[in-house]
Amino acid sequence: MSAAEDVVTEAPAVEAVPKRAMTLGTGTSLLVLAVLLIVPMFVKNFIIFQMTMLLIYGLAVLALNILTGGSGQFSLGQSAFYAVGAYTSAVLMEYFNVNYALTIPVSAAVCFAFGYLFGKPALRLSGVYLALATFALATAMPQLLKLNFLEHWTGGVQGLVVTKPDAPFGLPMSQDTWLYYFSLAVVLAIYIFSVNLLRSRSGRAFMAIRDNEIAASSMGVNVALYKTLAFGVSAGITGVAGSLGAIAVQFVAPDSYTITLAISLFLGMVVGGVGWLPGSFVGAAFIIFVPNMAEGISKGLSGAVFGVLLFAVIYLVPHGARQIAIMGQQLVGRLRKN
Amino acid sequence: MELFTNQVLAGIATGAIYACMALAVVMIYQAIDHLNFAQGEMAMFSTFISWQLMQWGIPYWAAFVITLALSFVGGIAIERILFKPLAKAPVLTNVAGFIALFAIINSSAGLIWDFTIKQYPTPFGSSPFLGSQLISTHQAGMIGVTVLLLLGLYFFFQYTKIGLAMRAAASVPESARLVGINTSWMIALGWGMASAIGAIAGMLIAPVVFLEPNMMGGVLIYGFAAAVLGGLTSPFGAVVGGFLVGVFENLAGTYIPGVGNELKLPIALALIISVLVVKPAGLFGRQIVKRV
Amino acid sequence: MTTLLNVKDLRAYYGQVQALHGLSFSLSEGSLTTLLGANGAGKTTTLRAICNMVRSTGGIEFDGKPLNNRSTESIVRFGIAHVPQGRGTFTTMTVEENLQLGAITRKDSAGIVSDIERMYAHFPVLKQRHTQQAGTLSGGEQQMLAVARALMLRPRLMLLDEPSFGLAPLVVRDLFGILGKINREDKVSILVVEQNAQLALELADQAYVIETGRIVMSGNAKDIANNEEIRKSYLGY
Repeated sequence: MSAAEDVVTEAPAVEAVPKRAMTLGTGTSLLVLAVLLIVPMFVKNFIIFQMTMLLIYGLAVLALNILTGGSGQFSLGQSAFYAVGAYTSAVLMEYFNVNYALTIPVSAAVCFAFGYLFGKPALRLSGVYLALATFALATAMPQLLKLNFLEHWTGGVQGLVVTKPDAPFGLPMSQDTWLYYFSLAVVLAIYIFSVNLLRSRSGRAFMAIRDNEIAASSMGVNVALYKTLAFGVSAGITGVAGSLGAIAVQFVAPDSYTITLAISLFLGMVVGGVGWLPGSFVGAAFIIFVPNMAEGISKGLSGAVFGVLLFAVIYLVPHGARQIAIMGQQLVGRLRKN
Repeated sequence: MELFTNQVLAGIATGAIYACMALAVVMIYQAIDHLNFAQGEMAMFSTFISWQLMQWGIPYWAAFVITLALSFVGGIAIERILFKPLAKAPVLTNVAGFIALFAIINSSAGLIWDFTIKQYPTPFGSSPFLGSQLISTHQAGMIGVTVLLLLGLYFFFQYTKIGLAMRAAASVPESARLVGINTSWMIALGWGMASAIGAIAGMLIAPVVFLEPNMMGGVLIYGFAAAVLGGLTSPFGAVVGGFLVGVFENLAGTYIPGVGNELKLPIALALIISVLVVKPAGLFGRQIVKRV
Repeated sequence: MTTLLNVKDLRAYYGQVQALHGLSFSLSEGSLTTLLGANGAGKTTTLRAICNMVRSTGGIEFDGKPLNNRSTESIVRFGIAHVPQGRGTFTTMTVEENLQLGAITRKDSAGIVSDIERMYAHFPVLKQRHTQQAGTLSGGEQQMLAVARALMLRPRLMLLDEPSFGLAPLVVRDLFGILGKINREDKVSILVVEQNAQLALELADQAYVIETGRIVMSGNAKDIANNEEIRKSYLGY
C-alpha cells in the first residue's frame, strides 16, 4: 500500500511487543502476588525449595527477556553472567564472611560491569554472530573457573560450599521458607524495576533499537550506549539470580554453569513469550518441571520426550505463554461485553 | 619451526572435519536463513544408519549411498512434518524447535544404539599419508572429499536451474514466488541436501572421533564457527574457515601457555570473534547493505 | 476482442481490515489497461489479489479459467507476470541471473538465450551491467530489469505496480515508451497501476478509477483524460 512498507528491507528478528503488552494488569499482578505469599505456608519444604528455584530461574529468564525482548539482542551466554553472580556471592560469603544479603548488590554491580564491558565489542555483532560470541562466553566460563591460578578462590573443579542462612530476628520459619520469602522480595523489587525501566525513556530507546536500529539512531537514540546498557542491566539481573541460586543450592561448581543452563534460559524465554516479562516465570516453570516430567514418562527416552513436549508447546502457542494471556484477556473482554 | 609446520598440518587435518560440517551448515543457512542446532545430531543419526547397514553385511560404498539417499529423504521429511508448520512462527520459536529436535534425535540414538563408543571403518585406510605421521590417508581422503563436495555445490548453485531457484527463494522469497518458484519446496530441498551433506561429514568424521550419540557436539560448534568465520553466504568461505579454525585451534593449544585441551575451544572462538569484529560479514561473506 | 482477465466482486482483507469492497473489472486481450486512484485506494491490493498474495474472495478468471485458491507460483504458470511495487529485484544476484529467473518456469533453453538478447536490445543498459550485482543498479535501471525479468516469462498478461515510482521524469518517459512498444509488438496485455494518472492515461487504451476499494469510474482512457470533471475530482490534475 504505502511505499514505506516496501522499502523496509529486513524484518526485525524479534517481534515488536508494545510496552503495555509487556506486563500484567494491576489486578492480576496482586492476585499472583497473594498466591506467592500464601502458598508456602501450606506446603512441604521441598516444594518451597522448588518454588524458590522457580523464582530464581524466572529472574534469569526475565533478564534475558529484557535483553532480547526489550532491545532485540540475542544471547546464549547468560549462564556466564549467572556463574559470575554465583561465585561473587560464594567467595564473599565464605572467604570474607560478608552477610549473604549484602553480597547481592555486589553481584549485581560486578555483573553489570562485566556485561557492559562484554557488550562493547559485541556492539559490532548482531544476529547469529552475536549468538556465537555469547555462546563462546558461555563455553569459556566453566573452563575459566577451573583455571589454576583462580583455584585458591574458586575451589577449582570441586567448587565451594555455601552456608544457608537462618531466618533473622528469630522468626519461626525454616531456612527454606525464609530463603523463599527473601528471594521473593528481591525478585519482586527487580520485577518492578524492570517494568519501570521498560516504560522509561531508556526502555523506549531499547525498543526503538529492537524494531529498527538505523531509524532509532537517526532519531537521536545513542544506539551504542543503549545496546551496551541493555547488556549490562541484563547481566546484572542475571548475576543477582546467580547469587540467589548459589545461596539456595548451597554449592557452586564450574559444571553447574555450562551452556546447558544458557540454553535452558533461552527455552524458558521462548516458552514464556519473548518480550512478555511475566511469561519469564512461566518459562522458568517449564524448564524446571518438564525435564523431570519427561524423566518420569520414560527414563531412556527422557530427552526425546522433552523434545516432543517442547514441540507440542511451540506448535500450540508459537508466541509462548503470552499468547495464552492474550487469548484469556480477549475472552474476559468478550464475557464482559455480553 | 618443525613443530610449527607439524601443528599446522595437524590443524589442516582436523580442519577438514570442520570444513565438511561447515558446508552443511552453510547449505541450510542458505535455504532457511537460520543456523540449525540439530544439524550435528542429524549427521550423527545418519552415520549410525550407515553403521547399522554395514553391521547387516552391506559393503561400505553401498551403505554410503543408501545412507545418503535416506538422509536426503529424512531431511525433507523433517522439514515437511516438523518445521513447515512453524514457517510463520517467530524466528526464536524456530530456534527452540531446533533444540527440541536435537534432544529427540540424541536421545533416540542413545536408546537404539546405546552410548558405548563404536569403531567406524574408513574407505581410505589409515596409514601415514606420503610418509607424514600427522596426516593419515583417511584425513587426506577427507580433505579430498570436502574439496570435491565444494566443487559440486559450486557447480550446482551457479550452473543449474534448480540451484538458481534455490538461491532466489532464499534471498527474496516473494519475488521468487512471483517468477513461479515453489519456495516452500526449495526450503525442503535445502533441508534434504544439508542432511545428505551432514551424512557425508558424519561418515568421514566417525573414524576419527569414533561413533557415539554425542560425537557431533564439539564438531558442530567448530562447524558453526568455521561457517561464520568464512561468511555464512559462501560455501567456499565455509571450507576455508574450517581449515583456519583447525589450524587456529592447534596453534593456540601449542603456543599459548596454560591453554591445554579444555581452553582450546573458547580461545578459537575468541579469535573468530575478533575477526568478526573487524569483518562483520565473515572473511568471504557478502556485505549486505541495509536500508531503512 | 476477447476478455482475458475478468474480476468479479473482489473483496480482499489484511487480517481484520477489508481493503477491497466488491471490485469488478475486465481486461481484453491485447489491451493496455490502467487502474488509477489515490494512495490507499486499493490498487496494489487488487494486483496482489490477482496473484493470490492477499486473502480475498470473489471471482478472478483468466482466459476463462478460475485463478482463485491457486498458489502464487502456479498462477505465474498461466502466463501472468507481476512486477511488484519496489521492483522485487534479486539484489544479491547478477543482472543476467535475474533475467534467467524470470524464465525459470520455461523449458526452452534456446528461446531463453535469445530472449535475454532481446531484452538487452530493449534495455541496452542492462547489457552493459549484465555481470553486476542487481542491487547496485540505480532505481530506474532496476525498474527496467524488473520489466525485463517479467517479459522473460513470455507472459500473456503483465501486471505492473507503479512503475514510475521514484523515477526521474525522463526515465519514466523512456520506460512508458518501451511498455507501449511491448504491448503493440509483442502482443502482451498489460494492467498497470499508477499514481501518475496523466502519463498512464496517455499510454493506456482502457482505464478504471478506484476509490476506497471500489471502482468508481471506467471507460476509454482518452475519454477520461478529456473529461475535466473526472480529472479534477478523482485524478487531481
